[in-house]
Amino acid sequence: MIAIVIVAVLVVLFVLYVVLTYNRLVRTRNQIDNAYSQIDVQLKRRYDLIPNLVETVKGYAEHEKSTFEAVTAARANAIQAQQGGSPAEQAQAENALSATLKSLFAVAEAYPDLKANQNFLNLQEELTSTEDRIAYARQFYNDSVLGYNNRIQSFPGNLLAGAFNFAPREYFEGDPEATGPVKVQF
Amino acid sequence: MGMYEQIARNKRRTVLMLAAFVLLIGLVAVALGILFQAGIAVVPIAIVIAIGLAWTSYFYSDKVALAASRAKPADGPEYRRYHNLVEGLIIAAGLPKPRLYVVDDPAPNAFATGRNPKHAALAVTTGLLEQMNRVELEGVLAHELSHVKNYDILVSTVAVTAVGAVALMADLGMRFLWFGGRSSRRDNNDSGPIGLILVVLAFALLILAPFAAQLMQFAMSRRRELLADASGVQLTRYPPGLISALEKLQDDKAVVHHATRATAQMWIEQPLDRDQEKKGTRGSWLNRAFDTHPPLDERIAALKAM
Repeated sequence: MIAIVIVAVLVVLFVLYVVLTYNRLVRTRNQIDNAYSQIDVQLKRRYDLIPNLVETVKGYAEHEKSTFEAVTAARANAIQAQQGGSPAEQAQAENALSATLKSLFAVAEAYPDLKANQNFLNLQEELTSTEDRIAYARQFYNDSVLGYNNRIQSFPGNLLAGAFNFAPREYFEGDPEATGPVKVQF
Repeated sequence: MGMYEQIARNKRRTVLMLAAFVLLIGLVAVALGILFQAGIAVVPIAIVIAIGLAWTSYFYSDKVALAASRAKPADGPEYRRYHNLVEGLIIAAGLPKPRLYVVDDPAPNAFATGRNPKHAALAVTTGLLEQMNRVELEGVLAHELSHVKNYDILVSTVAVTAVGAVALMADLGMRFLWFGGRSSRRDNNDSGPIGLILVVLAFALLILAPFAAQLMQFAMSRRRELLADASGVQLTRYPPGLISALEKLQDDKAVVHHATRATAQMWIEQPLDRDQEKKGTRGSWLNRAFDTHPPLDERIAALKAM
């Protein structure tokens, strides 16, 4: 009788462990997916800010046409790469966009009126914080992947992960140039 | 110690603290009962009041803390950077956005409050926004968000209300005793040595209760600051930001006007004057025991060692 009770308790505990661990793994896996889409949200935010920035700078520096065209083209490229390109292509396009933004801010240097423009300053602040957010979103994604991978690769989580097909995720490893912030000089 | 253990520990501590707080209020009530010869009748009343206060402090302590510091919602274009930095950091921390407040005060300081990440609020002084550059401000805000994430805010805001309530009760008791209790004390002299001992004990308890409540609070708040520094840096991945912010705080000797002993432990830096040490009559260990924060030197050194 006692033996049966003990076995029953052990079975219940085991089932409970499996259910809880499984649910936890599903939660962290969903969190990773969410974190990944958060990166895209922030990238899109950056794309949305750029036309405003170009328009504002244009108002003060009309004849820097080539710079504006380069920024606009790089932005279109980056959007395209994000929609269908491989991660390497995406990184390259982002990298190019960052470079053209750098030259746009370099152009702005030459126009004191522009640098005093409240709208320009606001856009600059927004763009800086969007760069931050992109970096933070990537960081959070990587942190989530780290936690998840640790859980499914260490004992005894690995047994359960194997049984239910939880595969380890890859880290986001950006090109250091592409992930770095745009340098804004004063 | 992992973050999740820290969170579980903070939740446990909150329960323990609320229990200790109800007990302390009960003891104060017994003391008042003896001194006023009202009997045990006051005890259940006091305990009901204490439980009521504990309940309110769980749900409303953030509002009390914000109101006591005269914090106003940070609306308006001048606070754009503040909002932007917080919005970036909450992505890194995986938190919902807290409500943001500003305290109109030239002394640079900041605090976080609320009962959980979904009901959290951050407040910074206008002095902090003016004196810190972008990375320094980000370091400070990351520190505050760590308090939110680790549930430190729950412990500390509940402590603020609890300590305040105990101090208030003991204070009121003493005042009544002083002004209204003379005749009853004369009666006590007739009730023999046991009555006298009880009266002395009750007196001692009334005097000590606020100190006990404060010690409880300090013991918990100091180590948490070092932890929040560490986990704040884990968010920004940039220790120099917080280090240089702390160095600026160290150079700044201004005190926050609307900070009191009860709310002192919430702020990122000790908001009260430390000049008591200069008066020299009290041992410096005593002052240190009543410091809510570890010295800034210690915190900076810990960050530099990372």
